[in-house]
Amino acid sequence: MKKNNLVVAIIILVASLSLPVNAIAQEKKGPPPNGERKGPPPGKHSPEQTETLKDMKGYTIGDTATDFKLRNVDSAFFSLSDIKDAKGYIIVFTCNECPFAKMYEDRLIALHNEYAPKGYSVIAINTNVTGGNEKESFEAMQKRAAEKKLPYVYLEDKGQKIFPQYGALRTPHVFLLDKDLVVQYIGTIDDNAKSAQDVKVKYVESAIQALESGEKPDPNFTKAIGCPVKIN
Amino acid sequence: MKNNMLFIVIFLLSSNVGFTHKNDFAKLESQFSSKEIIPIYNFDSLEHLLYTNANKTFIVNFWAMWCGPCIKELPLFQEYEKNNPNAEVLLVSLDFVEDIETKLKPFLKLKGITSKVVLLDDPDANVWINKIDSNWSGAIPFTIIFNNKSRSYHEGAFKDYIDLENKINNTINK
Repeated sequence: MKKNNLVVAIIILVASLSLPVNAIAQEKKGPPPNGERKGPPPGKHSPEQTETLKDMKGYTIGDTATDFKLRNVDSAFFSLSDIKDAKGYIIVFTCNECPFAKMYEDRLIALHNEYAPKGYSVIAINTNVTGGNEKESFEAMQKRAAEKKLPYVYLEDKGQKIFPQYGALRTPHVFLLDKDLVVQYIGTIDDNAKSAQDVKVKYVESAIQALESGEKPDPNFTKAIGCPVKIN
Repeated sequence: MKNNMLFIVIFLLSSNVGFTHKNDFAKLESQFSSKEIIPIYNFDSLEHLLYTNANKTFIVNFWAMWCGPCIKELPLFQEYEKNNPNAEVLLVSLDFVEDIETKLKPFLKLKGITSKVVLLDDPDANVWINKIDSNWSGAIPFTIIFNNKSRSYHEGAFKDYIDLENKINNTINK
C-alpha cells in the first residue's frame, strides 16, 4: 500500500516536471485546422494587374536571342560568338549583392565546371551595374570575380541594354540558349535557393540534359523569388 | 507517520514545480505580445491570410530586408494603416529564418514598423508564386489588395502614398 502511494506520488511529480514549455522558440504554424484550402472567393472578380509578367517584354521559349558585346571583368569585351564549339549558353542575369544571387554563386561555378567542357558555358551578366553604387560597380564585380575565382565570364550590362531585351525581371534569372541562340529554358536554377543540399529538382541541369538528348526541356519555364532588377 | 512525511515532501516539491511553471508563463506571455513574435509560415499555412469574407480592406505586401525598393515603400503601408484604422496591413517577409532575432526584429524596431509581420519560409517558390498570381514573376515587392469582393495584384513598388491610395481605392470601389 505504502509503496503504491509512493509510486503514484513520484509519477505525478515526474509528470509535472516534464510538461514542456518551450514557447520562446519561434512558433511554426502548420496548415489551418479545417484543412481546407481557401481559394478565390466565388463569383466575379477581375484582379487588376500592373506591370506584371504579362506586360513585360522579353523573350519567350522559341525566340532567338540577341548576341551582345559586353565588358568582362578581365576588361576585354565578350560576345557569345567568342565561344568555340558552343552547344548552348547558360546566360544568368545576376548581381553582386542580392542574397539570392550570392546563394547561387557556388552552384553556378559547379555548373560551369561540369558543362563548359561539354559545350555549355555559364555567362553571368550584372544587371545592376552603375557608376554610382559602389557595391555593384565594375570594380566591385572584378573584386567578386577574383574572390570567388569565377571560372565563367562576368559581364557588365552597361547602359542596361541587354537584360530588358531578354526580359530578365529578378536576380538571378537564367536564359538557356541552344547553339542557334534559341531560348529553350527560362527561369531559376533549382528548386531550393536557400539550401543546396535540399535541392530536389535541378531545372537548368535537366534542361541541358534534355537538349543533349535532342528533346525539349520540361519544365521550360520556372519562377523564383529574387531581387528586382533596378532600372537606373 | 512516514507516509505523511513522504506526502508532505512530495506535495512541497510538486507545488514548487507548479510555481516555477507559473513564473515561466508570465515571462513568456509578455514575449507573446503580437509585436514581439514573428510567426513562420510555409505557403499552405499562410494562404488563408490572403483571402477574407469580411468587407474590410486588406493589404498584403511581400518584401525582404535585402530588397531596396521594398524597404523604401514600407512606410507607405504604415501611413495607410494609420489613416485607415479599419484597413489591415500584413507584411510577409521573405527573409531568412535564422535572421529573425538578430536582423529582422532590430530592423523593424529601427524603422518603427508596427504593422503585423510574418515570415514565409517555403523553398519551392516556383509552386506558390503561381498559386498567388500566375502573372507574378517572383520579383519583390509584390502587393495584394483585397476585400471579400475585389482583388488586385501589384508587382513592383508604389511610387508614393497617393499611388498606393489610388490603387487601393480603385480596387475597393470597383
